[in-house]
Amino acid sequence: MAQDDLYRTVVLERAKAPQYAGPLPAATLNGQGANPLCGDRVQLHAVLDGQGRIEAIRHETRGCAICAASADLMAGRVTGQDRAHVGRLHAELVEAVETGTAPADLGELAAFAPLHQHRSRRRCALLPWSALIDMLNDDKNG
Amino acid sequence: MDQSVITPTDAAGSLRHVRADFPILSQKVHGKDLVFLDSAASAQKPRQVIDCMADTMRTQYANIHRGLYWMSERTTEAYEAVRDQVARFLGAAAREEIVFTRNSTEAINLVAHSYGGLLKPGQVVLVSEMEHHANLVPWQMLRDRMGIELRIIPITDDGALDMEALERNLADGRVALVAITHMSNVLGTITDARAIIDMAHAAGAKVLLDGSQLAVHRRVNVQELGADFYVVTGHKLYGPTGIGVLWARRELLEAMPPFLGGGDMISTVSFERSTWANVPHKFEAGTPAIIETIGLGAALAYIESIGFDAIGAHEDALTAYALKALGNVNGLKVIGMAPQRGGVISFTMKDVHPHDIATLLDRNGIAVRAGHHCAEPLMRRLGVTATARASFGIYTTPEEIDFLAATLEQIRGFFV
Repeated sequence: MAQDDLYRTVVLERAKAPQYAGPLPAATLNGQGANPLCGDRVQLHAVLDGQGRIEAIRHETRGCAICAASADLMAGRVTGQDRAHVGRLHAELVEAVETGTAPADLGELAAFAPLHQHRSRRRCALLPWSALIDMLNDDKNG
Repeated sequence: MDQSVITPTDAAGSLRHVRADFPILSQKVHGKDLVFLDSAASAQKPRQVIDCMADTMRTQYANIHRGLYWMSERTTEAYEAVRDQVARFLGAAAREEIVFTRNSTEAINLVAHSYGGLLKPGQVVLVSEMEHHANLVPWQMLRDRMGIELRIIPITDDGALDMEALERNLADGRVALVAITHMSNVLGTITDARAIIDMAHAAGAKVLLDGSQLAVHRRVNVQELGADFYVVTGHKLYGPTGIGVLWARRELLEAMPPFLGGGDMISTVSFERSTWANVPHKFEAGTPAIIETIGLGAALAYIESIGFDAIGAHEDALTAYALKALGNVNGLKVIGMAPQRGGVISFTMKDVHPHDIATLLDRNGIAVRAGHHCAEPLMRRLGVTATARASFGIYTTPEEIDFLAATLEQIRGFFV
């Protein structure tokens, strides 16, 4: 089996050696998402700056490689961004996994576009994002 | 069988020729040959079944039982002939003991509703730790409705039923029904139905066996087993979806109130009251799955044309071959090693989530199941959230097992 276009190096590496995993003691926002069907679970911890931008974010993910890599790539991508930008990225990721075509500025997140062939696995990539959006929406100061 | 001496040629048995009967096996998935290893969820269909159903709709179809014209009478004959066929297939004492349902789930719900409705608060229903949700949830609903007690019989660490625990739970004489799988859809464990029935009957309890998995792989004879209720589903027996069977002893069916009300299940109806048809029609309200029932007949004829001696030998050899092949994959752990088992193998792999295994296998054309297999409590008992599962049918070949094992080894390589 050659290099798989869904399980690309970036997905496997970030699942195996995440860069944003772990607790964040200074977190002012905490959220979580779970998929009861498969047992995947993502916990998020974040600090926002005065302008509502994500200053720091960490995730604790128990799940498959797709979910774990998505959480880690998301954390890198949303650092420094506000809620509106997170919403745009999420919408672009949804488009990518539903159509198989990634908008040009999606960057490494385009790795998940082959999920359009795996309907039952799309939620694995989207779970961290829906948890993040729920957490930001629940922020009383937001 | 000594696993070390099985070769692919031995394990293929004499069934390689049946593959030509299954048109779907020539399909490509993601550009690869389909390797279908999810027959325990639903088996593929031979052209004998496909053609029979299509021919019925083309040439000989009308609603059954009440039509007074030629086409209805012929369709009724074809439909009712399947009841005779099922009675022979299960070794029933009489055709009236065969009730057609939508699937095994509906058959168990029928028993839980109608037989369960005769139970008294404080009586006990026993199920095992390895039941499919279909043989657990209906009894939970009965418990909540009727105030009965539901007890769970544990399994041993190798995945067999704990017979000592069964005996202990039967000892107080309060058990009305033991409802247990005849073959686990997760562990492949084949339960010792005869011993379970003997113990239950000695304690005054009836026994329901969920034969959804077993009836595909072994000949069942409900009279020799001494069972009280037995359920099977058509779509695992190489037949269509939408048709299942409840077999029950006639005296039990006659004592049970109807399940669903409507046409076909009545004797007389007035605005004040209705009376019920005789068994089995009392339990078959409304227009049934006519085409699917006739398709089930074609499926049973197909299975019997191959014969359970050949099917059992093929699956025993293939299962032994697969256990050895999978056992050689680095980091792979087979879940469930009961001494009596069939061609259903659940497994986990170190550092690889079952869903990633399933997706990566799929991208190579291999269809396996991953998840909790409708047995969440069993997953908790096993200490896992999910497993991957490969399951075999009459069309499965040792070459497919070799390809599965080789692909799993490659997948493992991605993750370490």
